[in-house]
Amino acid sequence: MIHTLDQIFVLAKLWLLGYFPVGAQPLASAILSVIPILIAFPLLFAITTWLERKGLGRMQNRYGPNRTGPFGLLQPIADAIKSLTKEDIVPLTADHLVHFLAPLVLVAAAFLAYAVLPIGRNMVLVNMNAGVLFFFAIGSTVELSVFMAGWSSRSKYSLLGAMRAVAQMISYEVPMVLATIVIIMQAGSLSTVTIVEKQAGYTGIFPHWFVFTPWGFVGFVLFMIAATAESNRSPFDLPEGESEIIAGYYIEYSGFKFALFFLGEYLGMFATSGLAITLFLGGWSAPFSFLTWIPSYAWFFAKLLALIGAFIWIRGTLPRLRMDQLMNLAWQYILPMALINMLVAGVWHFMPLGPFRWLVCTALLAVPCVLLGHALKRKKKFQVRTYQFVE
Amino acid sequence: MTVTFLILAILTVAGTAAAMGLRNAVHCVLALTVGFAGVAALYLQLDAQFVGFTQIMVYVGAVAILAVFAIMMTHSPTAVRLPAYSSQWVWGGIVAAAVFLVLAWAICSSSASTQALPPQPYIDVQQIGDALMHRYVLPLEIMGLLLTAALIGAVVIAMDRKEETK
Amino acid sequence: MLGKGILKGLAETARNFFGSYVSKERLTTVQYPEERLPQVEAARSFPFLVYDGPDWHAGMRCVACQICEKECPPKCIFIEKSKDKKPDAVGKPQAYPAVFNIDISVCMSCQICVEVCPFNAIKMDVEYDLPTDDRFGGLLLDKQQLSKSNEYYNAIHPTEAATVDAAFAEERAKVEAKAKAAADAKAAAPVAPATQAQPIGGESR
Repeated sequence: MIHTLDQIFVLAKLWLLGYFPVGAQPLASAILSVIPILIAFPLLFAITTWLERKGLGRMQNRYGPNRTGPFGLLQPIADAIKSLTKEDIVPLTADHLVHFLAPLVLVAAAFLAYAVLPIGRNMVLVNMNAGVLFFFAIGSTVELSVFMAGWSSRSKYSLLGAMRAVAQMISYEVPMVLATIVIIMQAGSLSTVTIVEKQAGYTGIFPHWFVFTPWGFVGFVLFMIAATAESNRSPFDLPEGESEIIAGYYIEYSGFKFALFFLGEYLGMFATSGLAITLFLGGWSAPFSFLTWIPSYAWFFAKLLALIGAFIWIRGTLPRLRMDQLMNLAWQYILPMALINMLVAGVWHFMPLGPFRWLVCTALLAVPCVLLGHALKRKKKFQVRTYQFVE
Repeated sequence: MTVTFLILAILTVAGTAAAMGLRNAVHCVLALTVGFAGVAALYLQLDAQFVGFTQIMVYVGAVAILAVFAIMMTHSPTAVRLPAYSSQWVWGGIVAAAVFLVLAWAICSSSASTQALPPQPYIDVQQIGDALMHRYVLPLEIMGLLLTAALIGAVVIAMDRKEETK
Repeated sequence: MLGKGILKGLAETARNFFGSYVSKERLTTVQYPEERLPQVEAARSFPFLVYDGPDWHAGMRCVACQICEKECPPKCIFIEKSKDKKPDAVGKPQAYPAVFNIDISVCMSCQICVEVCPFNAIKMDVEYDLPTDDRFGGLLLDKQQLSKSNEYYNAIHPTEAATVDAAFAEERAKVEAKAKAAADAKAAAPVAPATQAQPIGGESR
């Protein structure tokens, strides 16, 4: 019974597949697997916009939207209607083809990334041997779409925003990949399904998730920081900050294309969160061994919602980082920590089991973290502010 | 000659031909990116997953970005019109036709097109990693050294000279 | 750089988030128009004319002296004096305004008309919810729309109204005392020659 509930989507797909002729079955299987992703993640996007507005509102001592429907639950529908009915204004000197294609490339790339995320037991779209590599390859095409959007608008603000955004995305891709390499080293495979299966065991009631090891925890933190920067989310949203550069690279977009950009950005956020869950938080496995009766996809979405809540929490707390602070963080703090993390993962692998290796690895990670932090803090000499016309 | 190969080949050739023929420099780069993606798809069709995805990550994600950065920083938006045809197109056409004939003769008379190839073993990423770390470790380290030199060179070029600003 | 500041910030935001469900000080929003902020006495929006008693026309304090019309900076008051007279707030027969219009789309709520009025006839209202969909006369208030009772004035500006009422009571007392003295003098004057004409008959007075 529990097994049926867990595998209900797989069984439903197999049942539906029986209605197709044998020759068309591979194609039908592919389409039937894709449709739930195309439904679930935009739905999650709508829920996330509502959650974000209510959550940010409460954190800022105010109600979020509460007029459209009870508790503002129909607000995403109102937003959808608004973005569909707005006039689509394209600047006269804009590059029309590239201007049109940019949001499409973004959304297509964002949807492609879900192909390798195991959402439940036996519920991965394509079990690729080089799944993680595929994910990062697709992630790097998002930068191209950002550039296309910024360039085609033929506006100085959008070009500047696009340059900044692409520089930021490239800078944070390196630490993201390095943080992932640690997991690949330990799991021994690039396939996401294998990585999740390696984390599915339990000692007592505690799971074998990679986040519960020193190198896994640091890797998780670094990956989440890099993921926040990759999806241009606060506090790294300088390229799209409204008070800084109007709206950055999508300043000349209106109506549905603007909504597509938001969809693409949030889908990218869900995809990187999904990858973080797969790599560090055990994918679809339950946190305690007595909770395995809850279906695997429920755990995946619960963890995804928790990470989304963390994103919203961070957005409501931290001020925006300036461009040079952002770059400094990437190259001078996160990258060295990611390299040291790789070293520590190697040390962990070759040390004998026991509490001693926990101690050594934690110390090997904590000391450089503190030292790097102090070194970077000391570089800034804060001067006493003097005013010229005040006595 | 399967249908997928035909479609991908047409896509790649069209992309690279457009990259040569278009007048707007940014359009050229984007068409070239389509060509890169076509080549990556061809690799994937040959079951070379690692090479295919690395092609996307490196070419589309890095080389194309590099090209667009170069265009963004050097061209102004209004001055990207390049002449598409040169005045010496006759000689160029003759040379291109000669190269094409030589390549076509070489491919058609090679053993790959006359006999059926033995089925290739399925190589997964682990075997590539093993080979890189055991048999080909020296080329790997030399490539790493080369990349480090390139990185240091880039940093040196981009570093602001403290002596000049004083 | 170690993240301590970030953790403190996250704790504060979390306290805001969970506190907003339980305590009022963490959720200070007033949901207009269902809830309103408490009325402040010293607020002002646009002028109104005060009247005493039940009849708004008979009890109107304004005597059409036109001082407020002359002093108004954007000239939003328009007054036409009447030809006949009626008794004012203290009983004296005075003129009254036949037409008194204020254009509240022009009025800048400077309160100069209130400050210069010698008769405490025009005071500032506190009502701000005055939207209208009539573009051509909806914001031009006439005499009847501007007249509000003294009880209303007491309700919106209690301390000010108490002072004004005390001043009026004093004046009315003075006027009444004068009238009583005049009436006494008038009553006493015709009796005196009568007693002198008949000295034997009126000694008992």
